[in-house]
Amino acid sequence: MSWSGDADAFVRIEDVVKIFGDTVAVRSVNLSVRRHELFALLGSSGCGKSTLLRMLAGFEEVTSGRIYLDNEDITALPPYKRPVNMMFQSYALFPHMSVEANVAFGLKQEGVPRNEIHERVFEALDLVQLAGYARRKPHQLSGGQQQRVALARSLVKRPKLLLLDEPMSALDKQIRQKTQIELVKILEQVGVTCIMVTHDQEEAMTMADRLAVMTEGQIVQCGTPHDVYAFPSSRFVAGFIGSTNLFTGTITVDEPDHVLIESDALTRPLYVNHGVSEPLGMEVHVSIRPENMRVMREAPESESNWGHGMVSHVAWMGAYARYQVRLDAGQLVEAHVPSQILAQAEAPGVDDEVYLAWSSDSATVLPS
Amino acid sequence: MKKISWRARPGRRWLAIAPPFAWLTLFLLLPFLLVFKISFADLKFGIPPYTPLVEIKDQVLNIALSLRGYALLFTDSLYIATYLNSVKMAAITTVCCALIGYPMAYYIARSDASLRNVLLLGVILPFWTSLLLRVYAWVGILRNDGLLNNLLMWLGIIDAPLEIYRTDLAVYIGLVYAYLPFFILPLYANLVKLDHRLLEAAYDLGAKPWRAFLSVTLPMSMPGVIAGAMLVFIPTVGEYVIPEMLGGANTLMMGRVMWNEFFNNADWPMAAAVTCVMIMLLLIPLVLFQYNQVRQIEGRRKGER
Repeated sequence: MSWSGDADAFVRIEDVVKIFGDTVAVRSVNLSVRRHELFALLGSSGCGKSTLLRMLAGFEEVTSGRIYLDNEDITALPPYKRPVNMMFQSYALFPHMSVEANVAFGLKQEGVPRNEIHERVFEALDLVQLAGYARRKPHQLSGGQQQRVALARSLVKRPKLLLLDEPMSALDKQIRQKTQIELVKILEQVGVTCIMVTHDQEEAMTMADRLAVMTEGQIVQCGTPHDVYAFPSSRFVAGFIGSTNLFTGTITVDEPDHVLIESDALTRPLYVNHGVSEPLGMEVHVSIRPENMRVMREAPESESNWGHGMVSHVAWMGAYARYQVRLDAGQLVEAHVPSQILAQAEAPGVDDEVYLAWSSDSATVLPS
Repeated sequence: MKKISWRARPGRRWLAIAPPFAWLTLFLLLPFLLVFKISFADLKFGIPPYTPLVEIKDQVLNIALSLRGYALLFTDSLYIATYLNSVKMAAITTVCCALIGYPMAYYIARSDASLRNVLLLGVILPFWTSLLLRVYAWVGILRNDGLLNNLLMWLGIIDAPLEIYRTDLAVYIGLVYAYLPFFILPLYANLVKLDHRLLEAAYDLGAKPWRAFLSVTLPMSMPGVIAGAMLVFIPTVGEYVIPEMLGGANTLMMGRVMWNEFFNNADWPMAAAVTCVMIMLLLIPLVLFQYNQVRQIEGRRKGER
């Protein structure tokens, strides 16, 4: 599959392959990122996302393929000649330099006049609200402040492309969410095109305009966070982005506007209101998100899209309760029930018999 | 019940600090005080060959502080010249060690982990042979009819042998050879810890490799350079064996003067005075350096809080 060939592509990655010795880190990646877009490469460790980012920065040479930035081929440029700046995972601030000198470093390499350097450094420090910390050394700052210095340092040269390597990984969990939103606001204010790498799907969903899910050196799906969540293209993506319930079954009826799928795990067939390209009788997987599962005491009246089982565990999560229901056929299904609904009627408890139901538009057929 | 942590108990603290203190007192401070005492005595024939400082004679307490040694030190231009020359030779040796040792340490720190140990072994290996033997080997190499001259004449580069043996140049060669590992090892330990991402950050910000080296690697390795320089400079100032074996009659170095005073002239007070002044000469910069280091570390600790 290819996501390149976009007319307004600002960053274009074409058939990029990276081989280290006898391991293939990145296998034929094609990707385009639009101007001013915040794009996330999402995947677990070892999926090749960091290698791809390092090739964009110029720290790794591509084995084959080309990388274009603003219609210029940057594949062979060394890192110090690329209009690309990176915010490193652990920030990589120069410990022997003050905050001001850290931010000024990039401009000095360019030979920018002194008073302009001063001006631009303080502009950048203002942007990240650290103007009062110019004389401090990095070790005198908190983790969040260090991150903002690193951001100022990578933005001060006004790069065409900003790379963020796991931007939140060195921060405490409590301040991550707030920082994610602040970071997005700063990046929007500057209007820089940005590619970030993360293993945290929540982080990618919070920050990115679009994201690509990577595994084993390949991009398996690319789209807006909503699209990838709502319409995962494979079992891997469905399981990686949020949690989901998967049912395996065979197609018994295939009409243009709907399909019926018989699954051994369920008493009733699955009715999905979108057609599929797979032939009758083929084995497919159906994904239903836990928040689309309703938990009821009475049997639904419809012919399809429900199952019967017994509650095996209930976890109170605050905004919702996480139900685990063992279906009659033995499969464990997760359902998230909003707290308001639980408050309205007597909520089912452990070992209660319940019915699980879902609407026909909340199920997605996954061919692989 | 309030429990006092073991760190807070004064007894245990002393237990940990006492052994090194006792060691330093016994083997450093006491001998130095003895030498210091002798430096204020006067020359006398007999055993020991110097006069006592404090003596009770005919119910009179005599305290005699002789300043002869010190007076001679600061009036006889030979001693002053020797001090200056020792410091100069030590300084040049240190600079040479830095110029040769830095690229070596850098290369070792940058090689693969497997090769690194082999290279380090190569640096340490000469220590397995006695220094005396190794300096004798240099005599064999540098002599007028030695290996070096024979090779150069055989190659036709020179017609007459080069006069290296028994000159200052031979002393420099010997000193740099002997003390190079002392420069390389602490510097290597520093360079190998350098976070490679800092260099990547420098490249990323537009620094060409040599600029990245000058603005990141070099300043960050300064503690290693200073430690190595100290380890070379301090023992070189008082070095005896190498100038004695390779130097000429007019190679003036403190170690040789001390030896002469002690063993040839049997002038213990003079030798002790020479030693004391040399220690002071070395101690002052060392204390300043140490004070500066401690202040920096303290400052960093406060910043981390």
